[in-house]
Amino acid sequence: MSAIEMKRVCFSYSNGLVLRDVELSVRKGEMVGLIGPNGAGKTTLIRVISGILNARQGEVKLDGLDAGRLKRNALAREVAVVPQQFNIPFAYKVEEVVMLGRTPFMKPFRDSSEMDRGVIMQTMDRVGVRQLVGRYFGELSGGERQKVVLAMALAQETGLLLLDEPTAHLDISHQVEMLELLAEMNAKRGLTIISAMHDLNLASAYFRRLVLMKEGAIVADGPPERVLTSSTIAAAYSVSVHIQPHPLTGVPQVVVLPSTAAAERLRHHSVA
Amino acid sequence: MRIPSGRRRHIGIILLLLLALIGCLAVATAIGSVSVPFGDVLKICWNKLLPFDFGPTWRTVDETIILDVRLPRVIGGALVGAGLATAGVLLQGLLRNPMADPYIIGTSAGSALGATAAMLLPISMAFLGFGMVPMLAFAGALSTVFLVYYLARVGGRTPIVSMLLAGFVVSAMLTAFMFLIITISDSLHSRFSSVYGFLMGGVSVSGWGQIAVTAPIILVGIMLARLWSFRLNAFALGEEGAAHVGVEVERNKALFLALGSVLTAAAVSISGLIGFVGLVIPHALRLVLGPDHRIMIPACALAGAAFLVIADTLARTVASPRELPVGIITALIGAPVFLYLLRRGGKEYSL
Repeated sequence: MSAIEMKRVCFSYSNGLVLRDVELSVRKGEMVGLIGPNGAGKTTLIRVISGILNARQGEVKLDGLDAGRLKRNALAREVAVVPQQFNIPFAYKVEEVVMLGRTPFMKPFRDSSEMDRGVIMQTMDRVGVRQLVGRYFGELSGGERQKVVLAMALAQETGLLLLDEPTAHLDISHQVEMLELLAEMNAKRGLTIISAMHDLNLASAYFRRLVLMKEGAIVADGPPERVLTSSTIAAAYSVSVHIQPHPLTGVPQVVVLPSTAAAERLRHHSVA
Repeated sequence: MRIPSGRRRHIGIILLLLLALIGCLAVATAIGSVSVPFGDVLKICWNKLLPFDFGPTWRTVDETIILDVRLPRVIGGALVGAGLATAGVLLQGLLRNPMADPYIIGTSAGSALGATAAMLLPISMAFLGFGMVPMLAFAGALSTVFLVYYLARVGGRTPIVSMLLAGFVVSAMLTAFMFLIITISDSLHSRFSSVYGFLMGGVSVSGWGQIAVTAPIILVGIMLARLWSFRLNAFALGEEGAAHVGVEVERNKALFLALGSVLTAAAVSISGLIGFVGLVIPHALRLVLGPDHRIMIPACALAGAAFLVIADTLARTVASPRELPVGIITALIGAPVFLYLLRRGGKEYSL
């Protein structure tokens, strides 16, 4: 069964159309990288799938259920989200932040249980943030924070995880660590993952399926070899690039080509 | 490293605060212009509450003073403190703003205008021990919040920033209107001290009738806030983040706003505008207990109650027979305690 089934989905903010006739089908256990220039609609697509925004037209099905009809609480048991930016007021400790991921399972007379504590311990172990227990969230580094937020999302125990550029503000070692974690969750636990990605080469290295968006529409969908071609990238991003296979792994890698004038200047500089 | 199981610690904290509150209530009831021995106070209360009786070793007038004058006043103070502190923690959590207090979205200006209007009106009627002033203060507070909420509402959503701005503007307007009324009305000129009394705050409970009405409102409000507190925790993630973990944002926002406003309005109706309690009690406790509302709400209710009982006792005794506005006392004790907590351990206080 599909984890996500989107048919002819349109969405517009008051100032213009952002999603145009999006058709997307994601099988359970897939790991999909969502790429495209700024403003292409990646974040909007994620917000429509997570039910924050309701599609104006078309249908969104999660696990066969009509997303628009699910209550927030039921939705939060189907799909968890790691947002792009995350800040939290007050001095929350790491384990308290992760515990917020258990909110969908809490009820007025049952708002803390041994089971919830067990689940958050497990997810913190899996993500490798157990040693941060007792530390204040606000005092953590960007990479640590992102992992704690991931642990919180995993504590929701959903089958589907959406991430909005989870590596955007991280250095390269934390980027790789984050993506390794996602790949492991995907491979070992069958978690379906859709992540918006900024860095095309990292996307190519870690995702077996890429979805390229431009101006609210999906313009290419498939393995990196088919999506990352110089013509699709040139069309979507309006830059000229050279695509070459990675010398060790063979996945396509994107190399930017400076404009002729810039290249000319550089050459003069290095000669001088 | 293990995660401390919160429940046992929570129960311990609540019991400790409960004992402190009971202690404050007992001492406050014993203190006053007519001195009644502490033991007699306990015995009088015991006789009233439990079937087994002590033989009276006190004058009947003492019993009347304790049971019909001081006890309702002390309990009224406790209710006001509990209501304001709980409203404060609700609004700080909901608005994700540590500077929020129970009055931030217009309850103070609305109730002050209501109270002023009531003083001006020629009619005087009482209902369940409430005169026109508390009734219109209560109504003014609630209707102002409704107005602010309505004004800030756009397309099915009520953004927090719009609400804060609308609250600020509406408050400014209502306050101006209140001072206009005071300035042009001769009859209020002469009664300026009662307006002033309302604005500075002071517990004005003269019998059990007012307690019978406000106690259920405030106690039920605190209990509901505690029951839904895990959803208030999720608001720390921001509105979208709260939605991601399953909270119906708009519905719960309206709910917590309504709870906070009703608690504030009920408190204001028997005490006027007492400042500082709703701001400082949640802050102080958050520094010690952390921000989890499941413990913060009951802890704030109990600590706020104890704090206001102490402040009110000081207000009616330090300059006796003159009674000071309790708002002065809450600020004078609250501020140094708060500053001490703020600087304790030299750690930067992260909001």
